[in-house]
Amino acid sequence: MANPKPEELIRINHVPPKQAWMDTRPDFRPGMFCYASKAKSLEYVGMPNPRQWSVKDEDWHLPENWQEIFIEGLRERVDKYRSFRLFLDICVRCGACADKCHFYIGGGDPKNMPVLRAELLRSVYRKYCTTSGRIMGKIAGARELTIDVLKEIWYYAYQCTECRRCSLFCPYGIDTAEITILARELLNLLGLNIDWIAGPVANCYRTGNHLGLQPHTIKDSFDMFIDDLETITGIKVSPTFNRKGAEILVVIPSGSMFADPGTFTTMGELLLFHELGLDYTWSTFASEGGDFGFFTTNEMAKRLHSKIYAEAKRLKVKWILGGECGHMWRVWHQYHNTWFGPVDYLEEPVSPITGTRFENAKSNKTVHITEFTADLIKNGKLNLDPKRNDNLIVTYHDSCNTSRGMGLLEEPRFIINNVCNNFYEMPENTIREQTFCCGSGSGLNASENMEQRLRGGLPRANAVRHVHKKYGVNMLACICAIDRAVLPPLMDYWVPGVAVTGVHEMVGNALIMKGERKRTTNLRGEPLPGMEGEEDV
Amino acid sequence: MGLLFSFFAVAILGVIAFVGVRSIHLHYFFGVIIPYLAFAVFIVGIAFRVLKWARVPVPFRIPTTAGQEKSFPWIKSSKIDNPFTSFGVIIRMALEVLVFRSLFRNTKMELRDGPQFTYGSTKWLWMAGLAFHWTFLVILTRHLRLFFEPVPFFVEILETLDGFFQVGAPVLYITDLIFLGAVTFLFLRRVIIPQVRYISLASDYFPLFLIGAIGTTGVLMRYFLKTDVVGIKELMMGLITFNPVIPAGIGTIFYIHLFLVSALFAYFPMSKLMHMAGVFMSPTRNLANNNRAALHANPWNYPVKAHTYEEYEEEFRDKMKSVGLPVEKE
Ligand code: HEM
Ligand code: SF4
Ligand code: SF4
Repeated sequence: MANPKPEELIRINHVPPKQAWMDTRPDFRPGMFCYASKAKSLEYVGMPNPRQWSVKDEDWHLPENWQEIFIEGLRERVDKYRSFRLFLDICVRCGACADKCHFYIGGGDPKNMPVLRAELLRSVYRKYCTTSGRIMGKIAGARELTIDVLKEIWYYAYQCTECRRCSLFCPYGIDTAEITILARELLNLLGLNIDWIAGPVANCYRTGNHLGLQPHTIKDSFDMFIDDLETITGIKVSPTFNRKGAEILVVIPSGSMFADPGTFTTMGELLLFHELGLDYTWSTFASEGGDFGFFTTNEMAKRLHSKIYAEAKRLKVKWILGGECGHMWRVWHQYHNTWFGPVDYLEEPVSPITGTRFENAKSNKTVHITEFTADLIKNGKLNLDPKRNDNLIVTYHDSCNTSRGMGLLEEPRFIINNVCNNFYEMPENTIREQTFCCGSGSGLNASENMEQRLRGGLPRANAVRHVHKKYGVNMLACICAIDRAVLPPLMDYWVPGVAVTGVHEMVGNALIMKGERKRTTNLRGEPLPGMEGEEDV
Repeated sequence: MGLLFSFFAVAILGVIAFVGVRSIHLHYFFGVIIPYLAFAVFIVGIAFRVLKWARVPVPFRIPTTAGQEKSFPWIKSSKIDNPFTSFGVIIRMALEVLVFRSLFRNTKMELRDGPQFTYGSTKWLWMAGLAFHWTFLVILTRHLRLFFEPVPFFVEILETLDGFFQVGAPVLYITDLIFLGAVTFLFLRRVIIPQVRYISLASDYFPLFLIGAIGTTGVLMRYFLKTDVVGIKELMMGLITFNPVIPAGIGTIFYIHLFLVSALFAYFPMSKLMHMAGVFMSPTRNLANNNRAALHANPWNYPVKAHTYEEYEEEFRDKMKSVGLPVEKE
């Protein structure tokens, strides 16, 4: 379907309708939702109720006792997650979170206000799990779980990117992302996933990565990188795969092995590791740092990521270095240690180049690549020529997960400031911990929901547009694979003339390597500044 | 609907007390039995709710990180908004509870020509919220003069400060003014801001009306209808020494006030007012962001079925060998 024009899309009405929200049903508009999960994806990982179904159909082919399953699941989870029960109990509906959600800002649908998104499920919780709700019903804000209510919960659970921006402003820290995560878990009890999540999950279970890249394909991809890098730098890098006894296992999101511009980030990393002489290995099995299981159920998330530690153990590495990816780092940082710890078969990470101990990662033994590189630069271990990035006027997009689920704010900025000369921040309330989502996180980066993505990404795009107009920004840097996949179309739509890069792509460009030939192009094969006539030397 | 329902519910509560005392003369019931019951429900109810939350485990460490993480000594970390230590967490919580730190961040989104979104800082809700809660606390504390003889020193100090301007007789307390103003503001924003009205339930209007009515009856008593304070103190001290007496000559307005307060106490544990206790237990605020440095155990962590390397190699061995990848089994 064709997308509306930007001039039309920007006409947003933020005033809610007269009719009470409990009395309005969702309108499943094409472009605003993702396709239903396929039977074979659910079957492959043994998720409940695999079948063919379609969102637009009246009948979603649910099990006979679907209400019972959902409510039992709800009761079970409010007894397992204090976060869940508390967040369902204490909201005062002050509305502070309302205009913080990019989907509400960009779309105006009142049920995308975080408080109301939560209230959709909270009303059901009141009905079945609280005394006042059971007795007083609607006046206490409680309602029956009907099929329409279920569909509504589905619709809005897949219009939340679990970005946690709302949680930052809530006086009690109510995290609607947490509510969405558990709502999706409940929906998955009934087989109500989306294809764009269920497919990658099944792939990841089988091949180790979301894209379903098999070992030889991964090898082929890297062979291409090696050739390209040799053309550009004159240096032949020689990465190893599944190598036992390496010091470090490197795990990156698979998107960066396969699709531009993520591949350029991987190429930058390859150059960096080569220049350092790092004793590291890739793994074709632990070939995915991201975790779409996290958008399915907690259990699925854990099932997919068991491989990373299993592989580290099998290969007898000392510690794990993780690449540029957003939700990957929310999971690695906030969940891994709890799922898999104590990981005492690994060692406390120490940079072999600088000797720095990564104290903040001493228990779960995973280091973020921007921490690793920032430390290298700080210790003067890299020979950098930022002028090679002089054609770029850069701004930086904090991905939601690394900022609000980790606090990784300065490391990437420090690197950027050392590898390029033109860096401008977007307006204050749109960056760092207040950063806006790309609009396509948490598995919503499909193509059939493009209008939803363009709306959700509007606040981010609008802030980029501001610095594009003001400073001529033409490059949006990020440390997230989903960003690198979804920001280019978002920019083309809202801010044409702005491209997207990973931070380590810029590192790769600026890095002066021992024995390299005079570089005339960047990693994309475009002429370096001042070299425009010399491409075909 | 929720608004009218709540308004009438509070009005009916007032009428019940009025009729009960004025016409049926149930002084003992409204002066002794109801307050005791309400207080018991309050204490037991809160304990029950808090224990219920406390029994639920915190499986994951999920603080909302609102600043730079602790990584290297040369990068300044945000010790409070993104605490790494328990001390940082305590300060963070203290700021949340005492000055509503998160609400202080509040912004207001506007879509201007350009098109350009702006997110200007807005402090109205934060200010009104603080004013409301702090004056509530001060007023509650001032009430202690009715329960103790001699009056505790901090109550006297509060009263002096509060009556600083020495306006009127009896002296006008500034907190009374601010309190009623803040409640009115919170109510008005609820009905005027379309989004807030849209999300509001009866359970949002009810406490505001109830608290507003308590404040109003209180102010009426103090400044206009002049009740017998000595008698009231006798009643109150009787209550807390479990030696209840009903002095004659206390005006009906006091019984209405007391009944509404009792209603608030009894309603507290089953309502959103439990945010008072809940805010302390919020896992996005009361945990340190040290996940990679210290293990957070999940009491119900259980083994899951994963795809093993052996299964993987079994499926792809030939392909792996064809491109020279090492394998475990030839
Ligand atoms: C630790 C103690 C408490 C903290 C940190 C706290 C914090 C807050 C915050 C941040 C808000 C949202 C902002 C606002 O609407 O003002 C709020 C709302 C509210 N609080 Fe509290 N509170 C506490 C105790 C209480 C108590 C004891 C009461 C009264 C019995 C109370 C009654 C209310 C009411 C009625 C609202 C809703 C106001 C509205 O409808 O807009 N709170 N509280
Ligand atoms: S900010 Fe928090 S308390 Fe206020 S409406 Fe949103 S979730 Fe509820
Ligand atoms: S987590 Fe993000 S997408 Fe979800 S409701 Fe909150 S602000 Fe919106």
